[in-house]
Amino acid sequence: MGEPLESAGLFLRLSAARIRAQLQYRTSFALQTVGMFLISFLDFAAILVIFANVPQLGGWSVSEVALLYAISSLAFSLTDLAIGHLDYLPQLIRDGSFDLLLVRPRGTLFQVVTQDFQIRRIGKVAQSLMVLGYALATLDVIWTPDRVALLIATIPAGALIFASIWVAAICIVFWTTEGNEAANAVTYGGTFFAQYPINIYDRWLRRFLAYLIPTAFVAYFPCLYILGKADPLGLPVWLQVSSPLVALAAALAAGLIWRTAVRHYQSAGG
Amino acid sequence: MPLAFLRLDLEYAKRGYARYAAYPAATLAGLFTNTVFGFMRAFILLALFEGGGEIGGYDRAATVTYAWLTQGLAATIFIWGWQDLGLRIRTGDIATDLIRPVHPLRAGLAFDVGRSLCHAIFRGVPPVVIGSLVFGITTPSGPAVWLAFGLSCGLAIVVSYAFRAIYNVASFWLLDWRGTTILAITAANFFSGFVIPVAFFPLPLEAIARATPFPAMLQVPVDIFVGRVAGAEVVAALASQLAWAILLLLAATWLFDRGVRRLVVQGG
Repeated sequence: MGEPLESAGLFLRLSAARIRAQLQYRTSFALQTVGMFLISFLDFAAILVIFANVPQLGGWSVSEVALLYAISSLAFSLTDLAIGHLDYLPQLIRDGSFDLLLVRPRGTLFQVVTQDFQIRRIGKVAQSLMVLGYALATLDVIWTPDRVALLIATIPAGALIFASIWVAAICIVFWTTEGNEAANAVTYGGTFFAQYPINIYDRWLRRFLAYLIPTAFVAYFPCLYILGKADPLGLPVWLQVSSPLVALAAALAAGLIWRTAVRHYQSAGG
Repeated sequence: MPLAFLRLDLEYAKRGYARYAAYPAATLAGLFTNTVFGFMRAFILLALFEGGGEIGGYDRAATVTYAWLTQGLAATIFIWGWQDLGLRIRTGDIATDLIRPVHPLRAGLAFDVGRSLCHAIFRGVPPVVIGSLVFGITTPSGPAVWLAFGLSCGLAIVVSYAFRAIYNVASFWLLDWRGTTILAITAANFFSGFVIPVAFFPLPLEAIARATPFPAMLQVPVDIFVGRVAGAEVVAALASQLAWAILLLLAATWLFDRGVRRLVVQGG
């Protein structure tokens, strides 16, 4: 089992090389990262605008929704930082350069995600951390060890869930190269969905976007536990602590879907 | 033929339409995503009206209408990242456009009008129809309002195009354009009223938004459609859109012509 470790090392080395390349243009890099950081607050501003008009949304206060937002955004921005270049996959398939990846002695998924590494995406991570700080500072949470542990475990679990969704959804391009925009509905759509309390959505939308695509486990369920809040949906409490397990299951499913999809790859016509 | 001077523009518009109509799977995928976001936004915004009431002139029905109409309009005006012109500048292909008999920005506008027609039909109308079937929406009170809404959408497309042209023309000067593009899109998303109605903003923020050209891309046609802006206010709203359209087109052209002077096309 030396390969996963070796791949991780390779991932870090490739990423470090790309970061060094991007740091060649220091001013541009600084402007982009600061720009991303500032502009991502406009994203959170939507929530502040909502709460400028109403005191609570679906029974959740501004600090509680800020916690949902922060966890969902942090998990998604970490995923975006690590594997956001999956968005290049349609290009690789359209021009047939995916062929090259098939003959190299590495996993295809690994090779696609290491095609690039955009360090400016760290700006969004920083913004999410600041919103998390705001939420934690304004909430009255009694910090028991189990709650601290769950909060810490929730971030990587959420990132893994989003990564799985992304990998599974982008596979649509193996069947129809033009279909990549449909994946946005569950990737970018998934993080947007999870930023709000899921009890405000209609039941059938929840079935599709919260459970089948398990975004409810990114922020909603763990937040109920951390906040000691009664579930407005009245679902079992054990769901609130099962995010890490759901994340592992999602990753397995995504891996399976990827393998199936790659077998379906039919190079570019020529 | 009195419209002879528009003959080339018409040809460009046809090409713009055909370019996007040629990819039905892409259109369907985009429509799917638009619709999913439409449902999410409609439910989120409806949660603001649990106690009934009205926010900034929007009641429950107007807000649901807003949610679906903006989903459709966003595709029609193309609020998302657009790099067609910037890419031609960076690769040097723009040199080919410069020897053509039509100014590249004029050709681009005509092309974009054709594109917007395709997107209006296949990505603009369907979400609104779905929204009206599932939630029920408010519709304009008479033919005059429909006409004003149509005019307003047309102007919104021009304002949006001119704005996109400006951040694309930045490629003449900037080595790295990605940051500028992201900044431009995010600002446009928020201040155009696409994320949340401008009327919901707290006062200082609303004043800032109203001073920018962004509401002219999206919020103005929506306000006309739901009747938040009515009567003589409609004329004023259309006039401000027209003013922004002219101002931004002039700015884009001025920047483009200055950029061309410092253009260096590599190679033979």
